[in-house]
Amino acid sequence: MKTSLIELKNITKAFEDNVVLDDFSLTVNQNEFITLLGPSGCGKTTTLRIVGGFESPDSGRVFFEGKDITDVPPNKRHINTVFQKYALFPHMNVGQNIAFGLEISGKSDAYIKDKVRYGLKLVNLEGFQNRKIESLSGGQQQRVAMARAIVNEPKVLLLDEPLGALDLKLRQDMEYELIRMKNELGITFIYVTHDQEEALTMSDKVVVMNGGYIQQMGTPEEIYNEPENAFVADFIGDSNIIDGIMMEDRVVKICDTIFPCVDEGFGTKKPVDVVIRPEDLIIGKPGQGQMDGEVIHNVFIGVHYEMEILAGGFEWLVQNTVSYPVGAKVSMSVIPENIQIMHKPQTKEEEAIDTDV
Amino acid sequence: MYRKLMATPYLFWVLCGTIIPLCMIMYYGFTDRTGNFTVSNVLAIFQPVHAQALGLALLLAFVSTLICLLLAFPLALILKGSSWGRKGFIVFIFILPMWMNFLLRTMAWQVILEKGGIFNTLLTTLHLPTLDIINTPAAIVLGMVYDFLPFMVLPIYNTLMKIDDNVIEAAYDLGATKGKVLKDILLPLSVPGIASGITMVFVPSLTTFVISNILGGGKIYLIGNIIEQEFTTSANWNLGSGLSLVMMVFIVISMGAMSKLDKSGEGNFI
Repeated sequence: MKTSLIELKNITKAFEDNVVLDDFSLTVNQNEFITLLGPSGCGKTTTLRIVGGFESPDSGRVFFEGKDITDVPPNKRHINTVFQKYALFPHMNVGQNIAFGLEISGKSDAYIKDKVRYGLKLVNLEGFQNRKIESLSGGQQQRVAMARAIVNEPKVLLLDEPLGALDLKLRQDMEYELIRMKNELGITFIYVTHDQEEALTMSDKVVVMNGGYIQQMGTPEEIYNEPENAFVADFIGDSNIIDGIMMEDRVVKICDTIFPCVDEGFGTKKPVDVVIRPEDLIIGKPGQGQMDGEVIHNVFIGVHYEMEILAGGFEWLVQNTVSYPVGAKVSMSVIPENIQIMHKPQTKEEEAIDTDV
Repeated sequence: MYRKLMATPYLFWVLCGTIIPLCMIMYYGFTDRTGNFTVSNVLAIFQPVHAQALGLALLLAFVSTLICLLLAFPLALILKGSSWGRKGFIVFIFILPMWMNFLLRTMAWQVILEKGGIFNTLLTTLHLPTLDIINTPAAIVLGMVYDFLPFMVLPIYNTLMKIDDNVIEAAYDLGATKGKVLKDILLPLSVPGIASGITMVFVPSLTTFVISNILGGGKIYLIGNIIEQEFTTSANWNLGSGLSLVMMVFIVISMGAMSKLDKSGEGNFI
């Protein structure tokens, strides 16, 4: 049984006239890795700062283990933060940085010494105690910031885009480190990022945010495979978002072609948004698929080729490990399970939520 | 070659404005009126009158620097904390006196503090005993603090503003109280600004003769006054130069000590 650790209830926060969070509610469970994902300005960092105590909401309450902590200052919360720019104390060495929180809580010298060593080991920086902060690389500073927060054994660790400044290899290493720490230490992580790959790799639960609203909440698989609206589909990974008409249950018409699908309950002859992931489009010989088209663009991007195929008046983004030259006539097909049907936004307001980035 | 050419006017400036005068002072300081080498001008600092004047100048400069520091640091903290719309205005208010003539500012205090002056008139109207501050060391310290306070506020304010807000938040995040943040984060990180401020206040306070002339009523002699008199009324350039060299040693020592604190030069105000 999951127990809830942090609850945000009906949080509203505005900076001057700019409403950043609007009636925002969220529950974070014990030992959960939850990621707030969204474009800049979507309110994810503000949410984190409200949990950390650095901003107070205009209305709404924050609960921690059932207790209202809305008015509790940050230094009284059992929560530690890893800041985006690390925010290490430049006038202290690595060891002093990590010991800062422990000294405040009045731990013995022996305990602190032990913990600092343990913290450095945890982030693979053994023997760095006496190094100066300015002598460290960005990745090392980031790991010191992590150690500085973790040695205090917080119940919750808040991370504000901590991997943003790292190169790809180091970032991937750190992603696995974080997952390991979560499993070993039993800490609850609230992680903020605009990088969908980070979010999908590490999270138990992803909260996709935009314009101060939650767009979709779910496991990484749910978010990727079953996006609830065009914003989520567009933000998470590459996708083809096409206007379609739901003819009846399990039948959708896209670009004047009938496709079987697996979605039900959208009514008959209703306009819908259809999402097809580029890797789900199967390319074949002309006439052998569901639609015929012509390759108009082809780029090699590493693992596969990314092509644009003009078919039925729509430029489809297609990913395939086999390259088809520009000008080649091909056919495309997609299996029913890979067609994702979404409601079109019904009202102006819904549309605003969807598209307002 | 072209770049070197560009530097020529400044080279000329440094030569005429710094090096030649310095050499002349060295020459006068180490010669007597007949032009023979002597160290007596420098050793004259050990004469009681001169030693006392130097001692008093050091004391007053120290006291006014300390007062400036005690006033400036909290002020700079308040400025950092206030929302930025108001901030510019408050800084402006504190800097404003800097744009007025130094002599006028000092003379204004003379008018305020003198026996029948504004301050004592005010006290009399309130049926309080009058205070004879004018022509005392206290009046000189007051003048120094008033004249040099902005030079302490600005560098400290600059270094405080450079501290990343996230660093302060991180300290709170790790459980620090306001006092701990002040003692372990804000204070150590503003040391370069404090060092720069101390130099900017201490050195002019040590060398001033105008403030002590105006607010000391010509009765209190600081080392600056002595040197001035040797050059003007006594027309003894040799003694004046010798004493100047001694004072310069003190200035170099204090600047050297402060620049040790401000290693990276980030608090530099000029």
